Amino acid sequence: MSQALTTAHSVVAPSPLSKRIAGAIVILYALVSMIPLAWILMTGFKTPPDSIAYPPKIVFAPSLEGYCNLFTTRTRQTQEYIQSLGPPQTICDEITRKRDMVIAGPSNYVPRFWNSLVIAFGSTFFAVSLGVLSAYAFSRFRIPLADDLLFFILSTRMMPPIAVAIPIYLMYRKLGLSDTALGMILLYTAVNVSLAVWLLKGFIDEIPREYEEAAMIDGYTRLHAFFKVVLPQAATGIAATAIFCLIFAWNEYAFAVLLTSGEAQTAPPFIPTIIGEGGMDWPAVGAGTTLFLVPLLVFTVLLRKHLLRGITFGAVRK
Amino acid sequence: MADIALRTVTKHFRSVTAIDGLTLDIADGELTVLVGPTGAGKTTALRIVAGLEKPDQGEVWIDGHNAADLEPAARDVTFVFQQYSLYPHLSVFDNLAFPLRSPARRVSEPEIRKRVEEVASLLRIAHKLANKSTQLSGGEMQRVAIGRALVRKPSVYLMDEPLSSLDAKLRGDLRVELKRIQQDLGATILYVTHDQIEAMTMANRIGVIDKGRLIQVGSPRQIYEDPVTLYVAQRFGQPQINVLPAGLLPNGALPVGAVTVGARTEHLDLRKDGGGEAVVEWVEHLGDQNHLHVRLGAHRITTLTPPDTPFKSGDRVAVGLTKPLYFDAQGLRVRSA
Ligand SMILES: Nc1ncnc2c1ncn2[C@@H]1O[C@H](COP(=O)(O)OP(=O)(O)OP(=O)(O)O)[C@@H](O)[C@H]1O
Ligand SMILES: [Mg+2]
Repeated sequence: MSQALTTAHSVVAPSPLSKRIAGAIVILYALVSMIPLAWILMTGFKTPPDSIAYPPKIVFAPSLEGYCNLFTTRTRQTQEYIQSLGPPQTICDEITRKRDMVIAGPSNYVPRFWNSLVIAFGSTFFAVSLGVLSAYAFSRFRIPLADDLLFFILSTRMMPPIAVAIPIYLMYRKLGLSDTALGMILLYTAVNVSLAVWLLKGFIDEIPREYEEAAMIDGYTRLHAFFKVVLPQAATGIAATAIFCLIFAWNEYAFAVLLTSGEAQTAPPFIPTIIGEGGMDWPAVGAGTTLFLVPLLVFTVLLRKHLLRGITFGAVRK
Repeated sequence: MADIALRTVTKHFRSVTAIDGLTLDIADGELTVLVGPTGAGKTTALRIVAGLEKPDQGEVWIDGHNAADLEPAARDVTFVFQQYSLYPHLSVFDNLAFPLRSPARRVSEPEIRKRVEEVASLLRIAHKLANKSTQLSGGEMQRVAIGRALVRKPSVYLMDEPLSSLDAKLRGDLRVELKRIQQDLGATILYVTHDQIEAMTMANRIGVIDKGRLIQVGSPRQIYEDPVTLYVAQRFGQPQINVLPAGLLPNGALPVGAVTVGARTEHLDLRKDGGGEAVVEWVEHLGDQNHLHVRLGAHRITTLTPPDTPFKSGDRVAVGLTKPLYFDAQGLRVRSA
């Protein structure tokens, strides 16, 4: 019976052995690709000397110095001055004083991180919103030159975005958009919207139009039907698209370096500029990178139910 | 309630003519069944009445108003789609309540609950109201789809093969149920089906369409007894009408132009006759009746006999005709002068 079924679909159930081999390969791959992540995580908890020790230390006494340094700026002081201060208020006070320094103030990490959040989530929101609306239009209405327009939209993604960096840099300076969150949101939205339109059109094409038609016959307007019927059905596609857009905007480095330097600087260009005494402050960089991974991780985990189905581009939808 | 009138409606999809000059009147409170082969344009006809497609030519009148400029929502119709009509993200209850919650209607939640429960028990899905609509069998889904049309009291019901995925028993039950509901409500229904029993038993009138054209419209009796083409004759009647070369069996003078003769059970006279030219091949027992398969030269004739039939396989029989139907080379009916 099951034999007949599997042959009918020309799919052979994997044998236990091949399953185990496949599992081993996946685990091995996962381990290898997690080494850099583990390294970053560890570096964040090392002391500066441990972080540059050679041979590298796998076992070390964990310290919060990296995290303290990430969030603060410090100045060197004389022993007498430090002793004249009261007892340390926080664990970071204590760690800093051991290095003959005192905390001078907060670092720029939090504002830079905040910029990243605003710009990445903002541009994702706009790219997905615009994407879902135009994908719906392309999917449902007869639009003159629809195919050419779709190809044009796709073609904006055909060259690496950085190829237009210089014109954009000049344009943004003229328009006063350099180093503004608005400018970065517009830019990332523009880059992502083509991806969003194409991904979402595939998903919306698969939603039978009878769903909206039934709603429209029942007295809903098209817009109502869009929100009540199409959006919930496209949730999978929207989630998958949002994750792709967010990953791009969150990690984007080249434009961020070029177009942001102060007010609107995002975390990716900021993190590598964390300098400690005598060079890069690797534990602080490790700490900053670790924290930088958290929002993407949370977002992806929250949407993973949709992502798993979405990433197959509707191929296994019921 | 309302009447519907289609006036020379034509609809093209690029090179395909889905509906070709369709003129059809559906009287108030009448159930009209559209039958026709796949691709005949039945669904398209319903969609045009619903306002989901704009006809290229012709007019649709609903309740005495030209519907040309009416949006689907303004036509006060409901549509049971051939497939895909339940919202997978909603429960059965919410699916049934969906039409009542539209901004065009103001129905209070207690009233919605009452109407939904009424319809659900009518369709025997009351115990499934809390289910997700994806957790239903095909038959249950189709009942919910019908229920969605019934919770509203529209002036016109459009139903596209609403019973097609149900098993025979449920289909029979619902057929009777739908017909009863229609009579109680005095509902105007335009109903598409492939099932001739549904068409014969439910319809006030049957319209047969093929390639977008209306071939014949009439009461089930007219369509059965007086088909205008061979296709219509073949579409109705169990077993299917026997088609033989005209003149194969003696039956007086042939009408002019007759090429084929169509003979149903009631047109055939079978007598046991040792010298007969036909042979009973086998008797198919269906329980309440039998199908008799008879071979006549290169032709085969199938006819009904009572369960206590005197015929058995191998019997020689003589075959005669009484008032059969004649068709010309194009399959059009030709009548005796
Ligand atoms: N949206 C469309 N675009 C292009 N062609 C269409 C469209 N809708 C219908 N057609 C064509 O119009 C013709 C009639 O289709 P329709 O769906 O009305 O047939 P039907 O009688 O309902 O068939 P079935 O019994 O298979 O449901 C078919 O040839 C079909 O291919
Ligand atoms: Mg159809």
